[in-house]
Amino acid sequence: MDYTNDPDCKLPLALIVNMPELKENPFRNRIVESFSEDGMGNLSFNEFVDMFSVLSEMAPRELKAIYAFKIYDFNVDNYLCKEDLEKTLNKLTKEELTPEEVELVCEKTIEEADLDGDNKLSYADFENMITRAPDFLSTFHIRI
Amino acid sequence: MPRSNLITSENDIEIGLDLAGDEEEEEEEVSTLQEEQRRERQRGRRRDGDRERKKRKNDRSRETSTAGEGEEEEEKRERGRRRREKSDRETEGRERNTEGNGRGKSGKTEKTRKNIKNEKTRKMEAEEEEEAGERKTKKKKREERTKEREREEEEEKPKLTEKKKKKKKKKKKKVETSSEQESSEEEENQEEDKEEEKEVRPESLTPEELEKLKEAVDEKKKLIQGLRGKPWPMKKKLLTLRESQEFVEKYEGALGKGKGRKLYAYKVMMTKKWMKFQRDFENFKTACIPWEMKIKEIESHFGSSVASYFLFLRWMYGINMILFGLTFGLVMVPEALMGRPYGSIPRKTVPRAEETSAMDFAVLWDFGGYAQYSVLFYGYYNNQRAIGWLKFRMPLSYFLVGVGTVAYSYMVVIRTMARNANESGVGDDNSFNFSWKMFTSWDYLIGNTETADNKFASITTSFKEAILEEQESRKDDNIHLTRFLRVLANFLVLCCLAGSGYLIYFVVRRSQKFALDGLENHTWWERNEVNMVMSLLGMFCPMLFDVISTLENYHPRVALQWQLGRIFALFLGNLYTFIIALMDEINLKREEEKIVKFNITMWEASLHNATESENSTAATVTIIQPADVPRGPCWETMVGQEFVRLIISDTMTTYITLLIGDFLRAVLVRFLNYCWCWDLEAGFPSYSEFDVSGNVLGLIFNQGMIWMGAFYAPCLPALNVLRLHVSMYLQCWAVMCCNVPQERVFKASGSNNFYMAMLLVILFLSTLPAIYTIVTIPPSFDCGPFSGKKRMFDVIQETLESDFPAWFGKVFSYASNPGLVLPFILLMVLAIYYLQSTSKSYKEANVELKKKLQTQNEENKKKNKRAALKAQMDLEEARKAAIKTPEHQKNNNASVKVPEDGDEQHRGSQRQNNCRNGRNLPPPRHQEQPPPNTRAPVSRSYHYGNQGPPGYLPGHPRHSEPRMCRAPNLQRH
Repeated sequence: MDYTNDPDCKLPLALIVNMPELKENPFRNRIVESFSEDGMGNLSFNEFVDMFSVLSEMAPRELKAIYAFKIYDFNVDNYLCKEDLEKTLNKLTKEELTPEEVELVCEKTIEEADLDGDNKLSYADFENMITRAPDFLSTFHIRI
Repeated sequence: MPRSNLITSENDIEIGLDLAGDEEEEEEEVSTLQEEQRRERQRGRRRDGDRERKKRKNDRSRETSTAGEGEEEEEKRERGRRRREKSDRETEGRERNTEGNGRGKSGKTEKTRKNIKNEKTRKMEAEEEEEAGERKTKKKKREERTKEREREEEEEKPKLTEKKKKKKKKKKKKVETSSEQESSEEEENQEEDKEEEKEVRPESLTPEELEKLKEAVDEKKKLIQGLRGKPWPMKKKLLTLRESQEFVEKYEGALGKGKGRKLYAYKVMMTKKWMKFQRDFENFKTACIPWEMKIKEIESHFGSSVASYFLFLRWMYGINMILFGLTFGLVMVPEALMGRPYGSIPRKTVPRAEETSAMDFAVLWDFGGYAQYSVLFYGYYNNQRAIGWLKFRMPLSYFLVGVGTVAYSYMVVIRTMARNANESGVGDDNSFNFSWKMFTSWDYLIGNTETADNKFASITTSFKEAILEEQESRKDDNIHLTRFLRVLANFLVLCCLAGSGYLIYFVVRRSQKFALDGLENHTWWERNEVNMVMSLLGMFCPMLFDVISTLENYHPRVALQWQLGRIFALFLGNLYTFIIALMDEINLKREEEKIVKFNITMWEASLHNATESENSTAATVTIIQPADVPRGPCWETMVGQEFVRLIISDTMTTYITLLIGDFLRAVLVRFLNYCWCWDLEAGFPSYSEFDVSGNVLGLIFNQGMIWMGAFYAPCLPALNVLRLHVSMYLQCWAVMCCNVPQERVFKASGSNNFYMAMLLVILFLSTLPAIYTIVTIPPSFDCGPFSGKKRMFDVIQETLESDFPAWFGKVFSYASNPGLVLPFILLMVLAIYYLQSTSKSYKEANVELKKKLQTQNEENKKKNKRAALKAQMDLEEARKAAIKTPEHQKNNNASVKVPEDGDEQHRGSQRQNNCRNGRNLPPPRHQEQPPPNTRAPVSRSYHYGNQGPPGYLPGHPRHSEPRMCRAPNLQRH
């Protein structure tokens, strides 16, 4: 790709996902997708920079929270509903939990974090939960 | 974003602008029929105007008349102002009058011709006509104003040339902003307005407007500062940044009045330069951070917990560098350069008896011989008050560096602890157990397959554990057995501790006996017994504790803390036994010193007698070599030597265990595996894991020894720096080549402050004996910088008396009077008590609030459930009704749907629809603008940035704007 002559070229998802920084991450596709403008995971240079700026150590907690929410929001409906949580959990554990266990964990998670009682996590709920997490800042960054 | 792209040629822009304008129009299409008609009318006018404009544009480059430019600029201003909200119009109306008056109607039409954004102005024109009426009423005011204005313009003429340049710049910018118009929000529009308003010469501004300008500039500055935290796409960030920077640049200077303005501009410039310098410096600093790549690599292989050890190591290295700088720069180098040279006085010379073996490697390795009589140790320093041509106060410097080292260490540790505490926040409660596991357990740093697998496994087990805990929250079948086992384990550990303490004490006493006999008669083992025993204990006891702790059946995290606590106790016990034994030795030496002192007086007397008998004093003084002078044992050097030896042997054991325990084991496991009866890699020996806690503890204790011994051996920080440096490389290598990632990965961040607390405790415990010896034991009479004084801290007194004016000494003596010091201490205690109690009450209030929040949440949940139930019933009723009257079905459903979802959800679902539509459809989708009601203001104003429509996640690409400019690009591909 010739960036100098054609600055608007985009990297396809498959290429970015295979970066050493991302290739072991269970949420790699989601990460890339949530930073791409078209939602398909094709990144322009600016979006790429954007991604690593958010994932850098220097990014403020609020910003990270916002993008973490987007990453975990698999179906892009601005809520973390049960289905999102199930997907997250299955990616985290490589589907080694039984469906009942998954069910239980998702229920517990929603019960813990849901403040307005709509059985799904809005961004406000998520933010409230994540700002108190002791490990969020130390784990939600990538060094390049 | 590529700026050059935008400003390629003016024609290009024109097209782009028209396009942009069109789109915007579509977006904001709220016009009534009436307006459209009016527009139609204007369009006719416009067409002529367009033709004329093209002609004009050719001229424009050549155009030099200020009047023309001024008009153009004014028209821009005009346009911007028109866009403003009605409320603002009142204030600006007045301002506008000042210029608007001179022009008249004909000027207006001309203005439109030149307008770049035709579509826009068209709309504005319509508004303007409405305004015309308004203006008439203010005509009188205006006339007054024009007079003023004319006066001002006369003053300003010389400045006009300057302004022209500005305007040109402005034009460029204008182009940029307008091309991006679709993406810019209301706020930006406003900014633009303000910008244009500011084009007015500062002199003509009323104080209010100046105030506004100032506010706008401040706002921009704030925007620039907070830009990094804004969840916008990078393109927008860049654009906003550039815009606001230009804005600030341009108008900052205009602030301030008359003479002050230049100063202000200068100040602004300087602050900008300073900012830039700071940024560069910051970059430089990050570039200077050592071992960043190494640590990153380890991080990706082993996760954050192992990396946290290396980060800690690096932090320690930094601290030691500073300690080293202090001692090296202020103590060792001055003494070596400016102090008396080696061999000039007895304390700087190897005694005659040791001279033959002083250069032997074995002796030097033990830090005897020449090493003992060098700047490395306390005894070498002279008690001369000022040395060299600089009149460097050596003893004072020595004392202050000793105190400063400790003070600095305290400061750094406490500051780091406070920062860590801030960062970790209030994340101690267990209310989000599952959520945190779900959302924060993955370590994004991991980039290694094996580690990732381990992480997956550990996450799975942690979830399973949590589930188990959840399912059988309290089900302990045999509590008595566990209790008994735990007591037994603690008893065993206590036995171990006591045994190791006794062993060390015994060994130290034995070594003293050997020392009295003379070291030469004993074997290597007997000479190094103390250090070896301490190192061996440090090596094997933790393993023993590990075995014992399996009895206890604790949760692994709790078990880890117990283990750490025990190792800590062991090390501490060993260290303190060592110190107590050392104190014994110090006392012995002091006894010896008394005898030597007596002998020396005898010797001097005999010498004196001899010289008297010879009757030639001068001759004999030259005859006596400093090496022959009898001298005291100098306990300070002895203490320093002990610590240095301890550090050396500790370092050696660490490295050797590393090589044998990790490297050799790894090699054996790897290569013997080909010819062994069971799988060595998966089975018993396997590869070793990196023991984070043990290594951290080792580091902490090492540091404790440095702090303890640094006063008596100024070389200790230097040695430690060397050791840490080597450790960094060696351990990095060892970890990467012969360790496997931990099976159970613990989070490191939680224990960060735990380690720091340990470090603080160690710091306190290690400075305690050092301070005790400094304060209570009189220094040796013939060695070190404080020789001849009763106590070491007398050096302060001496300096006060001789180097400061008399009144200062008086003040100091008053200040150090117990009558003043005691109340002061009392005050501090009271303050501490007060602060502590207030913090306690805050904590309680916090807990209360949390409880309240929880109950409220529960209530909310109940309420919502009730609402949902009711909505369901309603829905069913509606359905029934719908069945009865099928022709009204549609209306009914629509009305029922709202209560069912609740207000927020309704909005959410709407948004969701939009979102989905936007996402799943192919690129060119201008038609699918979200209906304007999604932009409606909402009560909840999160820090979504000041622009995002509510409900959109900040940073969520809003399908309306960015795609516009992308559409042509996509086609190009």
